Amino acid sequence: MNPNDPSPRPHRAYWRSNLRLIACLLSVWAAVAFGLSLLLAPWLNQWKIGNLPLGFWWAQQGSILVFVALVFLYAWRLDRLDRKFGVKE
Amino acid sequence: MTPTGLLEGMLAESAGDGEWTRALTFLFVTITFMVYLYIGWRSRVRETQGFYVAGHGVPAVANGAATAADWMSAASFLSMAGLISFMGFDGAIYLIGWTGGYVLLALLLAPYLRKFGKYTVPDFVGERYASETARIVAAISAIFVSLTYVAGQMRGVGIVFSRFLEIEIWQGVVVGMLIVAFFAVLGGMKGITWTQVVQYGVLIVAFLIPTIAISSQLTGFSVPQVGMTAGDVAEKLDALQHDLGFPAYTRPFATKSLLDVACILFALMVGTAGLPHVIVRFYTTPSVRAARWSAGWALLFIALLYTTAPALAMFARYNLLRTLHGARIVKVESGEPHAGDGKAAALYHLAQETAEGTWEPIEWAVGWQRTGLIRFHDENGNGRIEMDRGEQGFREATIDRDIIVLSTPEVARLSPWVIALVAAGGLAAALSTAAGLLLVISSSIAHDLYIHFIDRDAPESRRLFVGRAMILVAIVVAGYFGIRPPGFVAQVVAFAFGLAAASFFPVILLGVFDRRTNRQGAIAGMIVGLAFTSVYILGTRADKIFGADEPWMTAWCFGISPEGIGAVGCLLNFVVTWTVSRVTPPPPESVMKLVDSIRVPRGSHEPLPHFDESDIVADG
Repeated sequence: MNPNDPSPRPHRAYWRSNLRLIACLLSVWAAVAFGLSLLLAPWLNQWKIGNLPLGFWWAQQGSILVFVALVFLYAWRLDRLDRKFGVKE
Repeated sequence: MTPTGLLEGMLAESAGDGEWTRALTFLFVTITFMVYLYIGWRSRVRETQGFYVAGHGVPAVANGAATAADWMSAASFLSMAGLISFMGFDGAIYLIGWTGGYVLLALLLAPYLRKFGKYTVPDFVGERYASETARIVAAISAIFVSLTYVAGQMRGVGIVFSRFLEIEIWQGVVVGMLIVAFFAVLGGMKGITWTQVVQYGVLIVAFLIPTIAISSQLTGFSVPQVGMTAGDVAEKLDALQHDLGFPAYTRPFATKSLLDVACILFALMVGTAGLPHVIVRFYTTPSVRAARWSAGWALLFIALLYTTAPALAMFARYNLLRTLHGARIVKVESGEPHAGDGKAAALYHLAQETAEGTWEPIEWAVGWQRTGLIRFHDENGNGRIEMDRGEQGFREATIDRDIIVLSTPEVARLSPWVIALVAAGGLAAALSTAAGLLLVISSSIAHDLYIHFIDRDAPESRRLFVGRAMILVAIVVAGYFGIRPPGFVAQVVAFAFGLAAASFFPVILLGVFDRRTNRQGAIAGMIVGLAFTSVYILGTRADKIFGADEPWMTAWCFGISPEGIGAVGCLLNFVVTWTVSRVTPPPPESVMKLVDSIRVPRGSHEPLPHFDESDIVADG
């Protein structure tokens, strides 16, 4: 390993926090993609957002917006994590 | 004067309008092409790092725009809205699949591959698994995936040119090839990146303007996403669909089963994250941090088109049904044999009733019938076109899904310059993706295979020369596919996704997240995943791919369609890789250190100091 790197210990904590964050965000991702937009869509269609059935809206609009938010959220949280554990570039 | 006589007079007059549109299209296409050439000239490179990864010098936002253009292909621009238009709710699988994949890419792959930092996906696979065999398998699948994909792009270029400039498809493809050749050969990744940034601008404007115009026309809201949600088109379309005997547009699973939809969704997402030409874009950012942010920008830029497309799909279907249903047949000519299949189709001149009760000719229908992408057939001979549900699609019309986007400005009677803009946008989408794919093909052959195995000590100048030569070869091969296309755009693209899902995604993911995964596991996993997926797709699509009389096998795997089988291939790859890795010896210490080092951002600016190339073995 690079001799300038600190001991592997803090890296392990950094990696574990990273994994936890990824797991959180991917659960939201799966819930939106497979839950709201797919499994629950027929049921959600009984309500409307504007003039559009809700399940249809999630499948063709809402899910995409959530994905964008998830990726930006990850970039922002990881910037903080990099600083906290001193592994910034 | 009878209505028919009046109409014939108007048809003769309208020829001048077509000339005007063609002149404008020619102008727009020429201007955009000149800009691409200029950028290509400005960003020519002299060293391989510039040629393969743009010298790691692309800012996050610019890389986001380039990734969006790289990613949004002729299929996204030309075919996707059409597909959704025909599938209704179920079209969401493409929207969710092709955007949801970016979440996987941003969280699981992009930052780590950027930290690794060296040129290609096969480079990563080869070094992570310390294996030449793994590198070769990865290089060959990268070439194969990219070749299948690039064929669709060239076909897209051909469609646009033949429809809008009325030249032969092969001539259009040759023009496209020359343009790509110029900036890709001179500037490599750097030239491609900066042209893609501009191409993103062209394609998004070209997509948004007609959609905004139609949204304002139909709903009174200029933002299509708002018009779709708050306007009443969805209700009216559902009612119209019902009258014509189709399932409601907003009803889920009208065309496919739930399991099939879930599998296609998963395969598209994982395939997106595993496409080599998308992954390599993240090697070009200056830092790991920039790679993460640039994934966000990329998805934002993509979402702009992907939330607009379903609005366009809905509006276009409504417009199309409303215009054509009940249209009166003014005149039927016997048309010339169509270049595609040689069949001489009858040319129908149609007219629609206006609000004032007069009859207006539907000019675009004539133009599109000449391309063979739309056909009419007055089955019951009542002098009207009826758009009721027939055995396959509509009873009295056959409409190719690819024309929805291209014909939209004409159907909605937008001015000629919008039509010209759409043509330029379609070309930008196809060319930007083609360029990215061609670079992957070239780098796989030149860098991963030729330089690595045959000419290891090549000086910088020869490395660059081989890269450039390979791009040229790839362009010629892609052009051949464009002139003799192996299938229609979206279908071929689905094939590339299945293969990317079944090969790259699991191997890269486990390579980063599981230290224990070793060479034996990765090779076995890739081979099993690729073999299963390609046999299934080729077998169930034999009729379309090889021209067999019927498919060699039915969709025997739980009825999953070929587009979704990549999901099963991917899971198989995971299981095989994991299991084989655990019954064989762990990877060497140097590989473990490589994994530890790519997990943290620090040190991305230096070459990886701890990895010893001599650890790579030739696998017996």
